Amino acid sequence: MKPILEAQGLKKHFQTGGGLFAKKGSVRAVDGVSLSITSGETFAIVGESGCGKSTLARLLARLLDPTAGDVIFDGKAVTQARGHALSDLRRDVQFIFQDPFSSLNPRMSVGRLVAEPLEVHAPDLSKQDRRAKVSELLKQVGLQPEHADRYPHEFSGGQRQRIGIARALASGPRLIIGDEPVSALDVSVQAQVVNLLSDLGRDLGLTLILIAHDLAVIRHMSDRVAVMYLGKIVEQGTTDALFDTPRHPYTRALLDAIPDPDDRNRTDRARIEGEMPSPSAPPSGCAFHTRCLFVTDLCRSTAPMPEETPDGHMTACHHWQDIGVTAGRNPPPKRSPATEARLALYRKATEGAKITPVAHHPDREET
Amino acid sequence: MLSYFLRRVAIAIPTILLISIFVFALQKLLPGDPLLVLAGEERDPEVLEFLREKYRLNDPIPVQYITWVGNALQGDLGTSFRTNQPVTELIGQKLPVTIQLAVMSLIFAVLIGIPAGILSAYKKGTLTDYIANIVALSGLSIPNFWLGIMLILLVSVKWQLLPASGYVPLSEDFWLSIKTMLMPAFVLGTALAATLMRHTRSAMLGVLTSDYVRTARAKGLSERKVVLKHAFRNALTPIVTLTALLFGELIAGAVLTEQIFTIPGFGKLVVDAVFNRDYAVVQGIVLVTAVGFIIMNLLADMAYFLLNPRLRSA
Repeated sequence: MKPILEAQGLKKHFQTGGGLFAKKGSVRAVDGVSLSITSGETFAIVGESGCGKSTLARLLARLLDPTAGDVIFDGKAVTQARGHALSDLRRDVQFIFQDPFSSLNPRMSVGRLVAEPLEVHAPDLSKQDRRAKVSELLKQVGLQPEHADRYPHEFSGGQRQRIGIARALASGPRLIIGDEPVSALDVSVQAQVVNLLSDLGRDLGLTLILIAHDLAVIRHMSDRVAVMYLGKIVEQGTTDALFDTPRHPYTRALLDAIPDPDDRNRTDRARIEGEMPSPSAPPSGCAFHTRCLFVTDLCRSTAPMPEETPDGHMTACHHWQDIGVTAGRNPPPKRSPATEARLALYRKATEGAKITPVAHHPDREET
Repeated sequence: MLSYFLRRVAIAIPTILLISIFVFALQKLLPGDPLLVLAGEERDPEVLEFLREKYRLNDPIPVQYITWVGNALQGDLGTSFRTNQPVTELIGQKLPVTIQLAVMSLIFAVLIGIPAGILSAYKKGTLTDYIANIVALSGLSIPNFWLGIMLILLVSVKWQLLPASGYVPLSEDFWLSIKTMLMPAFVLGTALAATLMRHTRSAMLGVLTSDYVRTARAKGLSERKVVLKHAFRNALTPIVTLTALLFGELIAGAVLTEQIFTIPGFGKLVVDAVFNRDYAVVQGIVLVTAVGFIIMNLLADMAYFLLNPRLRSA
């Protein structure tokens, strides 16, 4: 399949300080990302807050200009696009914003908000045709055509996000980039919007790029996933391969952080300690070495290059082969009898059994 | 819409009443007897008594107030102690002059201030922004009287382009009237343009970084449309308020400019009335000004209503 969108060595560094008293510095929000997105697929980008995934999304949509690197849409470099070329790109690549409350102009009726891209990208459309198209778009996202005369403040968060989606669809895009499109919504509404997006993607043959930190959502609707850490992609591959056999220690930790209701007592989760280092002073070598369980001197000095694994995904870790698929799942630590007793107590309590007090052991150990 | 409007008017009524009480009471507290001016040098007790009866100054103060309000409601604000002209007539003569001055100044202020504000917000941190700010600061700092005198010196005396002073009613000679008023309106307008520019700039700065402006860009709109249609319309609220308040201020604050350009306006009437202890005139003027302010505020509220769909459903 031909790639619809490619990123080559994309970098975005933001200047900080530089005032009278503040020292000049730069935040490396995106630091050398290369991606290739195939037409028709749903591609997800995940990572902790602050890893640069929103910045990457905006670079891909040309809402920000990259410091270095290129964005290639449909075989053409659009990094320097201006005027008509940029307008064409805006028609083909649309964006769904994270916050459905602030991203809709409060002074404009829904009809006008949705019709505006049509005015720009299909100026030949008559007024009636435009209204008809707006009604159609509103229906497509599960709203009523009569909603066109209302204003954004009259809608709930989920409805507003639907308006945002209708607006994004209006220009007839081929690629839609969603920057955490559901994270500002209630959990009950999230599922509806996620399903709407994946239905639309399938029915209209859209390519979707989704930025998210909710791994459950990603597993549900994406074909491929890229994991970002400190402005770099550390691992990418098909959703199934990545979720089943994560190779990078960070991916593993991220996946292990998903609460698992069926496996309440699993203790072999690969945890990450500490905070993510500041992107204005990234660690030397592998950016993850400060929190990695498998860190060696090599990691501290040299940044790993992405390598292909047998499962067909790319991972940027020096030791992915040594770590193996099951390594790192350390055997559960031995528990003291006191802890065992207490855990049994918890289990009983949560299962609704009657609680019988356990005598205290003066010499009990804490784990 | 109508109920909103009626509610706003209903709120304005007690405000006007309070102002009238305040105006009336303040004037009673002032030292000095206005009748002494009228009675002349001799201050004959009989004459004074006659005048007190005539102007009903012997009535209890609340009765005086009610009489005054009653008359005011019938369009009679009393007569000037000095010229014996009805106050309404005096105000009726002078107010149109000042309104013309105020409207023309406001046009200057809006035409200069708002585009400059938008431009300097859009080009924040660039040379354009700095220049606009410096010009605005100069506009605020240069006193009106100095600018007025300089303009008279250059434009009227040296280049002989515009009349130096005076006033020609609009009905008499439209273009000459506009021409005569051009310089005073410019002088008065520059300071307001500076204020308006600063407020437009800060309102626009807030709006330009908002999410929906980013959305508008993502739609592929031209920068012109993004700035004027999406950003500016949302920044309008504080600008409209300020413009309405500035207009009220112009009516009352044109005194200096009117003096420099010898315009027989409202400001001159106020100053003369105050110096002459012409209380009926002062009362009338303060009342009319206050009502003017309230009307401007009402108009601003109406404008919000039209500009902001969120209010319409409320």
